[in-house]
Parts: sequence; C-alpha cells; structure tokens
Amino acid sequence: MSMTAALPASGRQRRVLPGFGLTMGLTLTYVGIIVLLPVIALFLKGAEIGPARFWAIVTAPRTLAALRLTMTAAALATAFNALYGLLMAWVLVRYRFPGRRLLDAMMDIPFALPTAVAGLALTALFSENGWYGQVLAPAGIPVVYTIWGVAVAMSFTSIPFVVRTVQPILEDLDHSQEEAARTLGATPLQIFARVIFPAILPAFLVGTTIAFARSLGEFGAVIFIAGNLPMKTEIASLLAVIRLEEYDYNGAAAIALTLVAIAMVLLVLSNWLQARLTRRRVPA
Amino acid sequence: MSAVLAPRPDQGGARLLIGLAVALTLFIVVVPLAYIFWRAFSGGFAVFAQNILAPDTLHAIWLTSVVAAITLPINLAIGIASAWLIARFTFPGRKALLTIIELPFSISPIIAGVCYLLLYGRQGLLGPLLAAGEVKILFALPGIVMVTLFVTGPFVAREVLPLMQAQGSEQEQAALTLGASGWQIFRRVTLPNIRWALLYGAVLATARAVGEFGAVSVVSGAIRGQTMTLPLQIELLFNDLNIVGAFAAASTLTLIALVVLVLKTVLEGRTR
Repeated sequence: MSMTAALPASGRQRRVLPGFGLTMGLTLTYVGIIVLLPVIALFLKGAEIGPARFWAIVTAPRTLAALRLTMTAAALATAFNALYGLLMAWVLVRYRFPGRRLLDAMMDIPFALPTAVAGLALTALFSENGWYGQVLAPAGIPVVYTIWGVAVAMSFTSIPFVVRTVQPILEDLDHSQEEAARTLGATPLQIFARVIFPAILPAFLVGTTIAFARSLGEFGAVIFIAGNLPMKTEIASLLAVIRLEEYDYNGAAAIALTLVAIAMVLLVLSNWLQARLTRRRVPA
Repeated sequence: MSAVLAPRPDQGGARLLIGLAVALTLFIVVVPLAYIFWRAFSGGFAVFAQNILAPDTLHAIWLTSVVAAITLPINLAIGIASAWLIARFTFPGRKALLTIIELPFSISPIIAGVCYLLLYGRQGLLGPLLAAGEVKILFALPGIVMVTLFVTGPFVAREVLPLMQAQGSEQEQAALTLGASGWQIFRRVTLPNIRWALLYGAVLATARAVGEFGAVSVVSGAIRGQTMTLPLQIELLFNDLNIVGAFAAASTLTLIALVVLVLKTVLEGRTR
C-alpha cells in the first residue's frame, strides 16, 4: 500500500507542532473501537475453539466444498482478468484511437458500482431469459446458479486491478531495448515476449495477486448470481454468515479466520512482489 | 488508428487488439451498466417513480443517507487526525499504528461484519454486557454506522497522509514561530494545502459508505423497513421477485457511482 512507502525521519521537529495529544487520542480511540476490538474478538473466539475442533470445522465436507468453490471460482476469475487486464493496459497505453479516454474511464466502473448493483445486473443478464443467458443457456453453458456465475461476479468486481497496476509500468517503459530488438530483426511477438513482458511481469503479478485476493473476499455480487446451494455454489464467506445465523459462533470464527489467513498470505506475497518491483524500477 | 511511438507495420494487429478490447469492455462493463437503467425504466417513468417512492425503498434511501451523513464527518476528523499524527510526529509504534489504520483494506468487508457479530452478538465477547445494559448496537443504526466506519476508515488518511509527508512541516513551523495557535495553523496553513486530497478521500469514503453491502448485511439483521440500507433493499426486492423495483433502487446507486467517477476524474487533476 502506498501509505507505508515513505516515513520521513523527523528527528528534531519531534513534538514541536501542537496537537500530538489530541490526534493521538482521536486516532487510538477510533482504531481501538472500530478496528482492533472486533478483530481481536475474532482471534479470541478462534483461540477458544481449540486446534482439534478448529480442524474439524475447517475440514467438514460443507466447509471444504465452500472453500474449494471459492478458490476455484476466484482462480477462474483471475485467469480471465489477467488476460483481459493485460490486453486493456496494452491497448490503452500503446495505441491512440477515438474513444480511448472513455474506454479508460470504463475501467473504473467496477470499483465505483456498489457490488449489490453489479450482482443484480449480472444475474439478470445471465439468467436463462436474460440477454446473455438466452445465448449461453442453449449452447449448454448455464451461468446463473453455477460456479461460472460465481466466477463472472468475481471477475467483474476485480477488473481494475491488473489494468491499473500494469498501465503505469507500461507507460514508463524505456523504448530503447524495443528499438534494439527491432533493428536486430525481432518480430513484434518476440519483442513482447522477450523484452516487454519480462519488464511488466512484477506489476502484472502484483495485479493478479490483488485481483485474486479481492475475488476471494467478494460477497455482494456473488450471492445474487450463485444461488447459494450448500455443497455446490455456496461461497466460504456466506457459510461463515450462515453459521452466525445458526448461533454457531465457533464455526463462523473458524471459517472467517481461515479466510483471513489466506488473505494475509496473499497480502504478504503482493507486498514482497511490490518491494521487488520498486527495487527494479529505482535504477531506471 | 496508429500505434504511438512505434511506426510498425502491424496496423492489422493493432486494429484487432483495439477491436477485441472494445468488444470485451462493451459486453462486460458497458452493457451491464446500461442494462440497469433500461430495466429500471422498462415500465415507464410512472412505474419507476412508484418503485422509488414505495415506503420501504424510501426508508432505505433515508437510512443510507443518515449512515453517510454520520460517517462523513467522523471519517474526515479521524482521517485528518491520524494523518497529522503520523506525518508530523515520531513516536514508538508509529509504523504499527499505520498498519492498523490500513488493516480494513486487507480484510474483506464480510469478514468485518462477522468480527462485529462475534464481538457484540448474543454469544459474542461483549454480548452479555450489552444485554445487561440494554444497549443495542447490532441490528440497529449504531452497528451499521460502526461497520461502515470500519470499511471506509482508511480512505481519507490514504489521500491526505502522503500529501502531508511530501509537503513537510516548514510552513506550519513558521506559523508557529509567528505565534499562531494550533487551530489557526490548521485552518490557515494545513487545510488549504490538503483540501483537494481531503475532498477526494471524502468522496471515495462516502461512495463506499453508500454502496457497502457485505459488512452491513451481517450487522443489520435485515429488518424490513427498519434496518435496510439501499444496497440491502436491492437484495430484498430481488428475493421478493420485484425485479423492476430492485433495478429502480439500483439505478439510484448507479447514478451516484457515475457522479463519483466524474468527481474523481476532476479531483485527480487537482491533487496531482
């Protein structure tokens, strides 16, 4: 995240300016009540369960099915977004054509649109009598109430990640290597594979990692289109909510902690990739 | 259509890629967006108005506005306070504090909702305490506001902090030596410097507050006509098979999203 990037070493100005007590008090009160207390509650509940019971919850058939569906659909969504995002970044940076800026603005729609709205629109479009469903259903590709529907919803809500991470790197790319490759007789495809793609690879991986993490956590758009059938199209976070509604707080906490653990692993991975990315960009 | 910077002979390839990009974006983004309005108005304007003015939907619009109105000033105050704290002072645990402020961005909203229930729910950590004091947080406005604050918390600080760090504190220290009070320094020096970033963060936070679904759905209890925010009302109408009503409600949120996009574009030009 960008905020962590640069903390200035501010040795002597230490507490010269007013407001330390006030801002510290406000920030700690907010962070304590709004962020820390609920998160601590999750970990305390998790600790209460005990390893054996925790393992039993997470490996129960319904939980495993939900986790498998969530991961598989997120992987499908991310695979699509990786290709689509790369295409969009390339087209938006490398070509000039009428409507380019509008096309660029369209990339922000999935972030701006509330997820419930996206879920509603996609479900109506892909349902059997919807505009897309009418074509896909007779072709033997049912989307609504299947894993494909889950993947469609996940990919819509995470569209911007790959585009927006690759775009700036592609813009800053030094063209001299490309020119050299061209004069040496490389084909456009060879130039892309050997010169351009290696340069944008770290950014591309960061984008796909964040897109995957976001897909795993997506809820609003998914529950409209998924049908939410236990063992079939029920995502893991919905199962956690269902356990809460059944007053099975242990079950909810165990599933939620598993999802948090996966998210944290992905976060560490993307931070590590990002660190590599910045190191690579410094000498340029 | 020509390739920039590279007068290559693969015009055909460029056209193919542009065509593919436009076609895919049309199917994936543009059509769903247009479809929302198309369905919302499919019964004519009278039906649309009737759907929007249905008591439950009207109440959902009201509740969402109330949540946005409460969270906005808190987000502004906390965003400025935490940015000031981290940009202007050094203290042990500063980096850790920053990590915690950013934490909500890495926790999916639905998990945030689960955390709140584990804390305040009937069998939650503080549940018995709340029940004894007859304090109602869950399935009521306080819970919805708090979980919305969780989800929208980092937006303002994320925009303001980098700017404060980049600008340094020379101007503020100069004002201090000239005898300005803390409040005067903030109002006359700091605020004018950060106002566009502040506005940008506020727009993003409010847009998110208005559209949040997952986190709110867990803590709201979904009581018809009482704790339904507009995004939750969309789901309720959808489950009631009132599809046109759902799209009417969704179209108002879509309109807000489009306004936010325009504001975002304008403000991005100002903050850079």
